[in-house]
Amino acid sequence: MRQLSSKPRSMKDVPTHYCPGCGHGLIHRLVCEVVDELGVREETIAVAPVGCAVLAYDYWDFDTLEAAHGRTPAVATGIKRVQPGKLVFTYQGDGDLAAIGTAEIIHAGNRGENISVVFVNNGVYGMTGGQMAPTTLLGQMTATTPRTRRPKEEGFPMKITEMMATLSGVAYLERTAVSSPRGVMATKKAILRSFRTQLEGKGFSMVEVLSPCPTYWGMDPVRAMERIEKEVVKQYPVGVIKE
Amino acid sequence: MAKSIKIDTERCKGCMLCVNVCPKKVLKLTDKVNKKGHRYVVAEDAGKCTGCRLCVTMCPDCSIEVTEEE
Amino acid sequence: MKKVRYLSTGNEACGEGAVRAGCLFYGGYPITPQNELTAYMAKRMNEEGRVFIQSESELSAINMVFGASAAGYRAMTTSSSPGISLKQEGISYMAGCELPGVIVNVMRGGPGLGNIAPSQSDYFQATKGGGHGDYRIIVLAPSTVQEMFDFTYEAFALADKYRNPVMVLADGMLGQMMEPVEFDEDIKPSGMVKKPWAMTGAKGRPAQSVKSLFLADGMLEELNIRLQKKFRLIEKNEIRYENYQTKDADIVFVAYGTIGRMARACVDDLRDKGIKAGLMRPVTLWPFPYDEIKRLAKGGTKFFVTEMSAGQMVEDVRLAVQDDERIYFYGRMGGGIPTPEEINASLEEQVLEKVREGK
Repeated sequence: MRQLSSKPRSMKDVPTHYCPGCGHGLIHRLVCEVVDELGVREETIAVAPVGCAVLAYDYWDFDTLEAAHGRTPAVATGIKRVQPGKLVFTYQGDGDLAAIGTAEIIHAGNRGENISVVFVNNGVYGMTGGQMAPTTLLGQMTATTPRTRRPKEEGFPMKITEMMATLSGVAYLERTAVSSPRGVMATKKAILRSFRTQLEGKGFSMVEVLSPCPTYWGMDPVRAMERIEKEVVKQYPVGVIKE
Repeated sequence: MAKSIKIDTERCKGCMLCVNVCPKKVLKLTDKVNKKGHRYVVAEDAGKCTGCRLCVTMCPDCSIEVTEEE
Repeated sequence: MKKVRYLSTGNEACGEGAVRAGCLFYGGYPITPQNELTAYMAKRMNEEGRVFIQSESELSAINMVFGASAAGYRAMTTSSSPGISLKQEGISYMAGCELPGVIVNVMRGGPGLGNIAPSQSDYFQATKGGGHGDYRIIVLAPSTVQEMFDFTYEAFALADKYRNPVMVLADGMLGQMMEPVEFDEDIKPSGMVKKPWAMTGAKGRPAQSVKSLFLADGMLEELNIRLQKKFRLIEKNEIRYENYQTKDADIVFVAYGTIGRMARACVDDLRDKGIKAGLMRPVTLWPFPYDEIKRLAKGGTKFFVTEMSAGQMVEDVRLAVQDDERIYFYGRMGGGIPTPEEINASLEEQVLEKVREGK
């Protein structure tokens, strides 16, 4: 009998607390697959965010440090600067990266810190009950936009990855989506490229992954994936943003 | 070579991403419920499985195992 | 042993103390009155091939220190009052994760933006919390440029010994003044310890994490019980103070830092006038030398507490003595700096009659 599918060695064989159809399960697995393929599990130090993925250390079989909300890139800077030979990556949601952590991500990019960032964009704050995120779309209903997101009152969805492209210290930026098998494969490829960018000392890189939140989008997982393909990509097109 | 497909029904959360992506309609959501309270997916038409592994690709919970008889 | 001796500002002596203690990572943001310290670290860390980052904010700096410390290396950040307010979250996280690290506060006038004059109004912030949660940090209070070097140097060993943040609490005057500083030419870092818990990568050991989130029932309480045991141990072992002429004193000054050195002059002036004055200078503000003050309080001694604040340490003196009638206070706020004459004038006004009458 030949195994055609396998769980990554770096992924702990435990059930996750994530909702049915949540993108985190997929993206966690892809990160682990990449770590295994590069053979760097013993040199990897991950920095987990505050958000649904705060419990990532329960799922990853490599060293994982918990950072204060938004400070993740600063913490990663500290780790990488004193241990330049390790693979250091952050895994952040849209609140952690684009709201409270805006200064930290921009300046880590501006300094060209040789780290990798996995940015999970699902357009809401999941852990705390579905509030608006900087990446929430116009017209989207959330716990703090009961009248849906309106430009005058709540501003526009932020395209922070495009903003980061203006920074000379940033070597590689790509946006992908896990909404289809092709998208999942592209996400894995992008994460692999980001980690390689770091291992080759080329500077800062980030992969923004469009991910579903079925619970707070108020739809089943299959429809949530469809929403990404039909609506979210209109505001956040996939592709390489900087290389 | 016969393909064998198995779902870890206790891990499955019934998200249906696998069902949605299977080109041969092998997988189906059952009415049964696991210990966590999720309705789970089974390989109802396992004989039709071609081993394409699109289901494995889309599963967020590493709940699907696809093997091949040598 | 050959000694190095030169004239230095307090800020730069502090920086040199960190370098000699093996500080590998420094993150800081400019703020008066400690800019010379940040600039000095930029120079020296680059000279030594170590890491210096001017961070985008004080908030970011403490988190970089958090990361470097989690990786097992000695790390420091410095700032002044408003910037230290920003760091409180990071300090709480370091205490919760049991991470060593050194934070230097060169105090200035507050609250708010305040001014750039020296002050001692961050005593509460340093010793009673500042950040959220049940934790303590060791607080060292230098009062000379030499102590700026010594205490910063020792802070790293203390931090490693207890896996806890340590603060060096100075003020703008101490940071700016120039005095000789002296140390052994070949001084090496002291108190280096192995850090098996550090984030170094899961090679030859299981993967581990450094975190302060403990959601499972009872787990966080367990952590807190362990932390409290640690703090009791620190209280038992690390209290430091300096007594000056307290043996036969009727009235004892309690003062620290810049005012601590000023109070010496006050004691000398009073002794010249035939008043039996003394000085108890706390060196660790936490753990606070309550027992020593209790001991000095026997026999009806009076205490004159003087601070550059509205009166913060005086509350700890009251706690120790348990007799408010015997405790007097003189303070200047908002960056105001007293003189020994001014302090003694207040003492005369408030206390002296009573001391002369043997009350």
